[in-house]
Amino acid sequence: MTTTLERPSASPERPADLLLSVHDLRTYFHVMDGTVKAVDGVNFSIRRGETLGIVGESGCGKSVTALTIMRLLDMPPAEIPTGSILFEDRDLLTLPDNEMRKIRGNEIAMIFQEPMTSLNPVFTIGHQISEAVRQHLKVSKKEAVDRAIESLRLVGISFPERRVKQYPHEMSGGMRQRVMIAMALSCEPKLLIADEPTTALDVTIQAQILELIKRIQADTGTALMLITHDLGVVAEMVHDVVVMYAGRVVEEGTVDEVLLQPKHPYTEGLLSSIPSKGLRGSRLNVIKGTVPNPFNMPVGCNFQPRCPYAFEPCPEHDPRIEEGGGPPVACWLWKRAPGHDIPQGLHDAQVAAARQAAAAKAGGVSGAVPTELRGEEIAS
Amino acid sequence: MAVEDSQPTRDRAGAPPAHGQRVAEDLLDTDEDPQQVDREVALQSLNQWQLAWRRFRKHRMAFVGLGILIFLVAVVIVVPIFQPFNFLNIPGSPRPGGEPPRLDRIFGTTYEGRDVFTLVANGGRVSLVVGLMSMVIAGSIGVVVGSIAGFMGGMIDNILMRIVDVFFAIPFLFVILVAARFFGRGDVLSLVLIIGLLSWPLIARLVRASFLSLREADFVDAARAVGVSNMRIAFRHILPNALSPVIVACTLLVANAIVLEAFVSFLGFGIRETEVSWGNALANAQEGIRFGNWWWAFFPGMAIALTVLSINFIGDGLRDALDPRSRD
Repeated sequence: MTTTLERPSASPERPADLLLSVHDLRTYFHVMDGTVKAVDGVNFSIRRGETLGIVGESGCGKSVTALTIMRLLDMPPAEIPTGSILFEDRDLLTLPDNEMRKIRGNEIAMIFQEPMTSLNPVFTIGHQISEAVRQHLKVSKKEAVDRAIESLRLVGISFPERRVKQYPHEMSGGMRQRVMIAMALSCEPKLLIADEPTTALDVTIQAQILELIKRIQADTGTALMLITHDLGVVAEMVHDVVVMYAGRVVEEGTVDEVLLQPKHPYTEGLLSSIPSKGLRGSRLNVIKGTVPNPFNMPVGCNFQPRCPYAFEPCPEHDPRIEEGGGPPVACWLWKRAPGHDIPQGLHDAQVAAARQAAAAKAGGVSGAVPTELRGEEIAS
Repeated sequence: MAVEDSQPTRDRAGAPPAHGQRVAEDLLDTDEDPQQVDREVALQSLNQWQLAWRRFRKHRMAFVGLGILIFLVAVVIVVPIFQPFNFLNIPGSPRPGGEPPRLDRIFGTTYEGRDVFTLVANGGRVSLVVGLMSMVIAGSIGVVVGSIAGFMGGMIDNILMRIVDVFFAIPFLFVILVAARFFGRGDVLSLVLIIGLLSWPLIARLVRASFLSLREADFVDAARAVGVSNMRIAFRHILPNALSPVIVACTLLVANAIVLEAFVSFLGFGIRETEVSWGNALANAQEGIRFGNWWWAFFPGMAIALTVLSINFIGDGLRDALDPRSRD
């Protein structure tokens, strides 16, 4: 299991293979009304060349996790009380600012959600890509522009020699996202963080951009951290998935494990709330309730107030994915709560029944869920 | 997307409109005719300033204002070369009413027999220099202070903005009069310094406000994400985007400084008697008015009004031209 925690000191299995490992990362925002625990003890790791998907609904801490890794948050109001982000052998959280600046764009690059506003309107795109190049490589202006042209060609923009002289307002959203990708790739980063790269684009362009990212990743061997709320994109793009809820990782595993046999009730809910064309006219399945108030998180399990299977230990004890061993799910249905047993019999049956119902709703046959997702989510 | 791509910038030179649509297709369009694309792309390479200039030209009043201002500047530069003002040189014999406008001295003369046209042309030099220079001073200080305050935020922002508040709280005119009385030596430079050093807070506030919103812009995060330093982000990425309101404000500052100069000189605190500006020409003209010498006051006054009016129209035109939301 690649996504279970691998401490740098205690990871004899694949030390050379490991690119990024995030351990017990917490990001709090101190605001007027109190403290928001946007990221609250997150663990995951990415190997070289691997694709990790981070899934969850809006406000669950996906983007904040990415921004924390890039150290792009303003430090007050944000605070990182604990945690480490090990990139190769450096802890990004303790790195001095100028060292971090050398990593940004050079070794870790990021693609943002909004291609329309992520390019500076007053400079040509050639200027912007070559600036990114010149921040990290000692090359002449001419060489930087040549490199910009090369990376534009790589992302499938035709006649890049002329496009470099254009301004962002002369380009469509899809084209700008290609430019952003070109900029991110211009220094050949080891890790690419894509924060919902297709959310702002229309569907046909979405598919093209995802295809492009996939192709480039295969060509360059860069690792990809793909943040999305779109399970279809996950099914299509990633090897491993981390499901986040209210700042915590609730489930992790390979894409097949998580999408075909969801363990956590939240993952199950997410999967069952995908509209299906097989069941026209029936009501959409939703997860009842809302995300808990960030200022007032439940004491025990975060998901417990919305969980259909909640039982005695849930409001009291906070389930976490354990380091080393145990099922990779933060739920008392799957592990022993202090003073309680893993529910057998009744609970088990309930779980199984509910899961089957959810799967049936999502894909007709439980085994067909991801296939259905693949076809539909990308096209809708 | 379609809206962005349908800008009129592209349909110049009779390009078939269908080509514009083709550019919007960012598919892997490798099978396009290179020459055709060449032409399409060439049509689009207008940058922001070129676009602004196109919009500015459509603003008729601003364009006329610019023409008048250029004419005034030319007169003010050229005429004094041939007809310099000399305080000690009093041509002809003084006559209480002066000579009314005639063909060979179109603005008439003062009671001392000085040519009013020479006064206006020479006085314009001082007035325009005061206007421009104090704008440069106020603009530079305002941009630097505003950028620092807006970009750094927190404590530094707080301190700088409280200083700005103090400037806004004191009665501007009296401070200028007092400063001109005690620090001014009646020359252009001290007046420029006084006006410039007192009017930067307005610019600083504008720049700070732009910085505060632009600091959160996505492209700033994107620049940071490729490893651009803070200094470079502030002055190379944010500042150019924050500039348009500042340019408009600076234009209006020029007009304001010209009026201020006239006002201060009129009250006798500005440019000394031995030199001439529109303000002290007006002040001296008071002596002529009761003898029916209206032209002595009228022409410098008109010069001020015309200059200020054209600058204000130019400012108006710039506001529209530089506004990124007006995309026509």
